[in-house]
Formats: sequence, C-alpha cells, structure tokens
Amino acid sequence: MGISKEEVLHVAHLARLEFSEEEVELFTTQLADILDYVAQLNELDTSKIEPTYHAVPMSNVFRKDEVKPSSPVEDVLANAPERENGFFVVPKVIK
Amino acid sequence: MSCFWDSLLSLRERLAKKELSSQELVKHFFERIKEVEPKVRAYITLTEEGALAQAKEADKALAAGENKPLLGIPLAIKDNICIRGVRTTCASRMLENFVPTYNATVIERLRDAGAIFLGKTNLDEFAMGSSTENSAFFPTHNPWDLERVPGGSSGGSAAAVAAGLCAGALGSDTGGSIRQPASFCGVVGLKPTYGRVSRYGLVAFASSLDQIGPLTRTVADTALLLQVIAGPDNRDSTCVDQEVPDYLAALDMDLKGCKVGVPKEYFGQGLSQEVAQAIEASLEVMRDLGLEVKEVSLPHSPYAIAAYYIIAPAEASSNLARYDGVKYGFRAEGKDLLDMYKKTRSQGFGPEVKRRIMIGTYALSAGYYDAYYKKASQVRTLITKDFAEAFKEVDFVLGPVAPSPAFKIGERTADPLEMYLSDIYTISVNLAGIVGLSLPCAFSEKGLPIGLQIMGPHFSEERVLALGHQFERALGLFKQHPGL
Repeated sequence: MGISKEEVLHVAHLARLEFSEEEVELFTTQLADILDYVAQLNELDTSKIEPTYHAVPMSNVFRKDEVKPSSPVEDVLANAPERENGFFVVPKVIK
Repeated sequence: MSCFWDSLLSLRERLAKKELSSQELVKHFFERIKEVEPKVRAYITLTEEGALAQAKEADKALAAGENKPLLGIPLAIKDNICIRGVRTTCASRMLENFVPTYNATVIERLRDAGAIFLGKTNLDEFAMGSSTENSAFFPTHNPWDLERVPGGSSGGSAAAVAAGLCAGALGSDTGGSIRQPASFCGVVGLKPTYGRVSRYGLVAFASSLDQIGPLTRTVADTALLLQVIAGPDNRDSTCVDQEVPDYLAALDMDLKGCKVGVPKEYFGQGLSQEVAQAIEASLEVMRDLGLEVKEVSLPHSPYAIAAYYIIAPAEASSNLARYDGVKYGFRAEGKDLLDMYKKTRSQGFGPEVKRRIMIGTYALSAGYYDAYYKKASQVRTLITKDFAEAFKEVDFVLGPVAPSPAFKIGERTADPLEMYLSDIYTISVNLAGIVGLSLPCAFSEKGLPIGLQIMGPHFSEERVLALGHQFERALGLFKQHPGL
C-alpha cells in the first residue's frame, strides 16, 4: 500500500504542517515504508472482533456537579505568545 | 560520605537517624552533577535553588520528627511532567519556554510526601523515540558507555538514576519508554497498570497508552515511589478508583509454586544471543526461587508493533493539534492565521514528531479510518486476549525488555522503522494496559546491562514487584555501578 506525493501534501495540510520539496520526498518514502509494514495487520481476520479503545474496562465516570474556581485568567494567559487585555491575540481572521 | 548509590529506603533511614541532613544530601548531589553531568547530559533543567529551599524545609520537618515517606529525598522528573513554575519543555522547541502554572498530580503527591526535585530530565521530543536522540536539545549518554544511547524516551531519568545524579526518578511509558531505558541503563523501571497513576499534568502523547512510573536502583524503591503516586484522582477520569495496596509490605510474600510463563514468540528472530542467554539464566533463578516455569503462547504478538504504530500516532496527531501558536508555546509569524499555524508547527516540531503526526493524520483521515485505526484497535483486542488467556495458566509472563543491549549513538537514526522495531517486547504491555517491570538480570560481554521484563495482569503490581524484589536479592546486581 503506497502513498503518493499528492497524498502526503494533502495530509500535511490537514495536520497544518508544511514541508520543503526534499522533506516531501523523504516523507513520501518513509511513510510508504511504514504503511507497508503496518499492512501486515490485514493478514488477520478481524471481522468479528470488537475494537479496544481503552485498555481497562470502564463505564461512565461521574463526579459531583459542584461549582469550583477555575484557573485564574493570569495563569491561563501566562504562556501566551501574544496577549492583550485578558485575551489571546491571533492574526486577523476576517478578511 | 557517599550517598550517590544509596537506595531511597537507605537514604530515608540515614536522614531519620540524622546521619546526614537533606540539605547536605542535595548539595552532594549537585556536586556530583557538576562533575558527571557534562559527560552524561541527563538533565534539561536543574533546579538547584528550589531544591535547596525544599531541603531546608525538609530538615525542619525532620527535626520536628515528622514522618513522611519521602521526606528530604532528592528525585529527578522527566521533562514532560508539569511542575508549577519550572520550565517543562518535552525536549521540544515548541515548549522551550513553557512554564506550567499548575502541578501534575504525581508532583503534588511527591511534594506532600516530602520529596525534593533536583531537575527535569531529557527525553525524546514529546516522548516519541527509543534512544533520547530525538531530543531537540542534545542526546543523553549511557553512563555504562558514553558512546551509547541510554534508551528512550525516558533516557534522561534512567541515566540520572544509573549515574548517581539523583536518588530516584519518574518517567512515562507509552510503548516501553520507562522499561527500555531502565534495561539499557541497568536500573529498575515500572510501567504500572493503565489507570493506576493519574496522568493529570503529564503532557499527552497517546492518551490510551501513556502511564507515569518510577525509575530507581532497587525494586523496593520502585514500590515506595509507586505507593506515593498511585491512586484515584478526580482530575483524571481514566485513573481507576481502586485502593492502593501496601506494596512495600508485600515484597517478601511467598511466591513458591507460582507459575511463570515464557512466550515462545519472544525468542525468535531478532533477539540477540546475549539477551536470550541472560533470560534463560534468569529462568533458572526463578526455578531456584521455587517458581514453576512453563511455555505460553501470545500468538498475536508479532502484530503488536504494526498496531501500535497506527494507534499511538493517531492519538498523538489528535493530542498535538493543541500546539497552534495561540495559547502557549512557540509561535512563528505568518501572513494569516492558517499560515501562522503551519509555520509554527513546522518550525516548532522536530522530524520524528512530524512523522508521527503525519502517520496519525493519514490513519484517521476520511476513507482510511476503518482500514487503519479501527483495524489496529481490533488487533489490540486480540493482543489483550492473548495475555488474558496466558494469565489463566500462569501468574506472570517473563521475557526480554529489548532485543539487544544499548546501541551506539547515531547507529539507528537513519531508518525510523528500524528504531520502532526495538520496542517489540514492550509495546504489547501498553496495548493491553497491563503491568510491566524491567530490572537488571545480566551484563553483556562489553559490560552493558541487560534487562528482564516481568509482566502481570491488570493491578498485579504487588505480586510483580514482589517477584522482582526476590529475583533482585538473589542476583545482587544492584550493587554494581558504572565507573563514572
């Protein structure tokens, strides 16, 4: 099961990553190798097997619905690359 | 006064007897760090000032006769576990200047127990790797042979314990990241049952696999640290609400007549002769301890790496979506929001992290979800069932931790797939969520440590630690230290 350069570029866009021409070449080869390797899973018939998404069986975990203080605004913004008046600042979104 | 090779339990006793103070202890460790750390490079950040302040407090408490399980004892913490006010980088440019405003639950519990933090240890970026070479800052060196890797991703913690640069440490294990470096550095490392230890404040890699655990010089020390950090936490709903047994008290339990299973699939192609012989010899020790050794089968274990390298990257690609240059971490300039996202992530993440985000995004993308993520999760069920079947017949499963002793720095960086294959014996444990303990069982011809892995069912830590402890006492390897 291969992967094309176009697919690599599409996935990169989905993941919000960009690569140089060289990196795209390298990733196309490396991802193809990895996908080739994982294709061995198809040797197994899993049509009647339930998937496991959680290692330890658990149903819903509830807690009491109590009002508790959240992190202070100052803490939440402490690591922001850019902030202003208690908000995160992002590049202009509306054209 | 030597204290670098003391166990946590022995240090605790010496502190209680006033043979030495916590401040003296911390100062001694920093002297040792100044001398040895330039060769090993286990730490990303040292917190000398904070550690001395904590030690001063501890000495007061000791003088007042307070009795806390880790009072005055200096530890190292993997740099993907948040300590309030201390830079937590995940060995990534993305978080190079990130200073958490809260403590991980394990940190709160260690502090409440009186522990002191010497610093934050190196790792593969975001815990993705098996050699600590994927750190964005520098590689860590194996204390037994400085030209070799310490393993990974908790390579900094394992090397710090092995080199006498801390008394014990915490790491995290998603596919072997505590056990494999423990094996490479000749120390003890435990991956507890999924849900035994809270993940609150651990920077997420693959949430259904990640688990925090101890790295120490002896099994008893691992029991002591686990005792402190384990137990339910209402800030992590996957942390199981189950009582924490007295692990230390259980170490000498009678295990005679218990059954040890050896999976035939673990002794095939790819396992080095030296490691195979070390495991064989360990089985003899088990027999001498009064256990019965028998062959078991884990028929789906050859598929574990393939399943893992879909599931872990899929979860990682989702978890790492949070690094968008807005809320915290690195931000690059861009001409608009999308461009800012792309430049931030492309410049902030290293190659292995990007590779895994790419695999994960591909595996979860429209049209491929069933073929990859669902398929891998179904195979995960088969792997889990293999263990469940084995544990009907035996109390423990034993095997190697890694196919070979520590390899040389640079030897495996060219081919990512080859690096993934070194996780073959550890990954199934994470997929099944069971217990895995790594402890030294031999030295190679070149003098490199070789680890043995003891696996047990969910919440079998008591017994697994007891077997590890009895095996360790029979062998006495913990008395050996690298010549640094």
